[in-house]
Amino acid sequence: MTTAPTPPELAMPAASPVDDHAHHDFRLFGLLTFLVSESLMFGALFAVFLIFRAEFPAWPPEDTEVELLLPAINTVILVSSSFVIHYGDVAIKKGNVAGLQKWYGLTAVMGVIFLAGQAYEYATLGYGLTTNVFANCFYIMTGFHGLHVFVGILLILGVIWRSRLPGHYTAAKHTGVAMAEIYWHFVDIIWIVLFVLIYVLAFLN
Amino acid sequence: MKQLPASIWTLTVGILVTLIALWAGNQNLFFPEQASVQAPLVDHFFNLMFMIAVALFLLVAGTIIFFAVQYRQRPGDEGDGVPLEGDFSLEAYWTLIPAVIVIVLGVYSVQVFTEMGGFAAGGGGGNHLLMSHGHQPHQPMPAQLVSDDGAEPAPAFKAEYGLGGSERPDVTVTVTGMQYAWIFNYPEGITAGELHIPVNKSVQLNIKATDVIHSFWVPQFRLKQDAIPGHDTELRFTATKVGDYPVVCAELCGGYHGAMRTRVYVHTQEEYDRWLAENQFAQHPDLSKAVAVHATE
Amino acid sequence: MAQAQLPVSGEFSAAGGHHPTAWKWYDYFTFNVDHKLIGIQYLVFSFVFYLVGGLMAVVMRTELYTPDADVIDPNLYNALLTNHGTIMIFGWVVPAAIGGFGNFLVPLMIGARDMAFPRLNALAFWLLPPAGLLLVGSFFFGGAQAGWTSYPPLSLITANTAQSMWCLSIILAGTSSILGSVNFIVTMVKMRVPSMPWDKMPLFCWAMMATSILALLSTPVLAIGLILLLFDINFGTSFFKPDAGGNVIIYQHLFWFYSHPAVYLMILPIFGIMSEVIPVHARKPIFGYKAIVGSSMVICFIGLFVWVHHMFTSGTPPWMRMFFTISTLIVAVPTGVKIFSWTATLWGGKIRYTSAMLFAIGLLIMFVVGGLSGVTLGTAPVDIHMHDTYYVVAHFHYVLFGGSVFGLYAGIYHWFPKMTGRMLNEPLGKVHFILTLIGANLTFLPMHVLGTQGMPRRVAMYDPQFTQINQICTIGAFILAFSVIPFLVNVIWSWGWGEKASGNPWRALTLEWTTDSPPMIENWHRLPVLTHGPYDYGLAGHAPSETTPSHV
Repeated sequence: MTTAPTPPELAMPAASPVDDHAHHDFRLFGLLTFLVSESLMFGALFAVFLIFRAEFPAWPPEDTEVELLLPAINTVILVSSSFVIHYGDVAIKKGNVAGLQKWYGLTAVMGVIFLAGQAYEYATLGYGLTTNVFANCFYIMTGFHGLHVFVGILLILGVIWRSRLPGHYTAAKHTGVAMAEIYWHFVDIIWIVLFVLIYVLAFLN
Repeated sequence: MKQLPASIWTLTVGILVTLIALWAGNQNLFFPEQASVQAPLVDHFFNLMFMIAVALFLLVAGTIIFFAVQYRQRPGDEGDGVPLEGDFSLEAYWTLIPAVIVIVLGVYSVQVFTEMGGFAAGGGGGNHLLMSHGHQPHQPMPAQLVSDDGAEPAPAFKAEYGLGGSERPDVTVTVTGMQYAWIFNYPEGITAGELHIPVNKSVQLNIKATDVIHSFWVPQFRLKQDAIPGHDTELRFTATKVGDYPVVCAELCGGYHGAMRTRVYVHTQEEYDRWLAENQFAQHPDLSKAVAVHATE
Repeated sequence: MAQAQLPVSGEFSAAGGHHPTAWKWYDYFTFNVDHKLIGIQYLVFSFVFYLVGGLMAVVMRTELYTPDADVIDPNLYNALLTNHGTIMIFGWVVPAAIGGFGNFLVPLMIGARDMAFPRLNALAFWLLPPAGLLLVGSFFFGGAQAGWTSYPPLSLITANTAQSMWCLSIILAGTSSILGSVNFIVTMVKMRVPSMPWDKMPLFCWAMMATSILALLSTPVLAIGLILLLFDINFGTSFFKPDAGGNVIIYQHLFWFYSHPAVYLMILPIFGIMSEVIPVHARKPIFGYKAIVGSSMVICFIGLFVWVHHMFTSGTPPWMRMFFTISTLIVAVPTGVKIFSWTATLWGGKIRYTSAMLFAIGLLIMFVVGGLSGVTLGTAPVDIHMHDTYYVVAHFHYVLFGGSVFGLYAGIYHWFPKMTGRMLNEPLGKVHFILTLIGANLTFLPMHVLGTQGMPRRVAMYDPQFTQINQICTIGAFILAFSVIPFLVNVIWSWGWGEKASGNPWRALTLEWTTDSPPMIENWHRLPVLTHGPYDYGLAGHAPSETTPSHV
């Protein structure tokens, strides 16, 4: 069977009437996709931690115990900041830029307090990165998370900085605000898992 | 020239492919000689898969080449082919038949693996000399090393991985891999640079590594097990042929990885006993720990 | 995350839809955000690294011509084998298949003007040159010598500086890969031309979807493994130091959790290329579109659960050996579905023996060999003998050379006209194909025998009994090296002076052929509307012509 090639008209796709060069904003979806990847990064760290935990008779081993009080306070601060940042999102949805700045500013402050608490814990723990495998895991995991908190704070500050321009964020257009919030929630969720693994499990032993 | 009916073609091709595959699967074409109980198991399983693979390859590659020739563009024909977009039953067949084949192979591989002693690994069968009874799973070596009481406990051997057995082996040898040599320690107090074992006796190798990962491999036994620093592994086998075979390191372990080899000597029982006696005599009277090479050179 | 605002949007359309038609040559060396330009950057960059990695292989094969280590120092040999593997994977197949073809084709195939995040896209590419420089530069420090797997403790005690550079290089390449995957997924989900439903999306895009999901899920795990390795080497931690409480097996799990899927990262896009090239040159609709889509997704999913088959002789408990034997065997099923579908696509076709089609058919046969030897290796009992032997080397070169490299060549012959606006020389392409086919089989087929008989891989010296077979392999490798010359001549000559290509020289039906060759910036004056499926060959009224519609 020989089908003769059809004339060009038939193969020609008709021009699209809604053709445009406008670029849509897919950043939110992109961020979510990226966070899937990030969670596997933390997932790998958690897996390493759990394997070592199953292998060692005492985990954390003697002399490298963790304390509970300060991290618990830190956890409360970080978890509440997730609610605080949401108020900022609610504010901008109503077009309230001042509210956005207030709540995001407060979140950033809480983030800084969290990091300061973390630094204080590092300073008073009495052992360092290289003490033993538990210490390795402890510092790498909390440090890697701390880095994410730091990036989150930068994002939030970036939102506040941009919000000074009138009309940069409006009730209808505030993708950057939403992205910073989602990222902050992500960092928060990771911390909860981390807190359970490192601190709570240590006291269940 | 009349065309032969398709059924005859199919039949001829089927018979040919089957014959070639059967022939190829029964040749043991590539393997070195079989010198352990496990070797025929591995070879037989491989040859079965090889037979299936040859048949599949002939069919698929044959079909591809046949189509490629048959359906080439004829001069002057600028048209398109048959607009066929799929065929559900055909697709179902070529999904289900391979699925059945691989599941059968999977089940069969479990059986071969069991016969080889795979499921007896880490069962403590090899530890009878060092531990009276009982196997503590996941008793970590690391914890002992980092414990702060200074006195390092005598390293008990607890194989976690490998090929094992539950019965008491006739011979137990501790194998240590290091850059770039294998050291064999016998419970009789002999240290050797080559492995000596009696034929037709069950042998337990307790495998350790001191520096990096090595892999203990005797191609004629079809057995391989990594020697892993920090984890004890084991191999349980019975050599079936007197002779000497290469022991090869199969895991990259540094610059001279390719030169890290020694030999395994499979003796008759009498020869083995004589070897044991000679070396016990040579190594023991002065109680000095002989270096491996002295024992045999 | 880069806040990508498409700079091309509006700028040119503001001038009354008047686009500049092409980039200047020097644009190819800049941080440009056009997906087509980035695609070509990836392809050229990776081909240069293919040549570097290939030269390493030639040196190694020369060393292996004789049993003794008499040509180069064994440590250098180890550095070469480490970097040969690393470069071929992270410098050639992954960036060429995913970065190169993915970037060039995906927006064109789905009727988009660019990727979703063009700046992120450019950033992802520009992470690669430093990664490549780190690898090459590591040779000044002895070169990483622990194999591309870099198992500790060996990787902790040899050539620390070079090993650290190696880790950083892979982390950069991995980051690039993650950013690329985010981009592909968002682009395909959000930016298909409105008239393209999921079941009309070309199979190459589906393959890229599966690839991107896989890269997104597995790459971060490798990154963690390498970060921990870096800390062990440089900052005194002891994750993988057995004498300080560490566990070397954990590294192997982290490594293979990525690096087995990496095999699929390197072959799924190639499967996509196959599904495009075969229908066009056979003038047939693809056989079993849905089955091919489904099998890509199944491979993507099962591919995440087979990694332990690389560790059968390592620290792997019995139940795990059996579980991963069976999961590994199951991957053969969806792979088989693809092979059978392509074979059935040939049936009843009118096959044009272009160089692209020759490579595609060559791939089909080579890949069957690699797939079947893969099944034998996937079973623990046989793998206990075969693991870390030349049988493994033979297997993965059939899959990665006979599969990925053949597929990349097929893709280059097929899309070169679209990329450059000029045709490649066909006779020269056929010479290239014949040489490659002979060279590849001569090099890799005898390796099966070597491994089975007892030659381990990664050795600079071997038993004299293997000399003859090794010499055959070495001669094959020389032929393979030589085979690149006609290709290089062809590409360089044709790019500059080749016959001009029309918009649709193969009379293909996917959307990239509805624009000029090479496509203008922003791809179309007006976005095309889908009037037929991507593979409707032979269906009345759908036969395409060579004329480019956008000219009319």
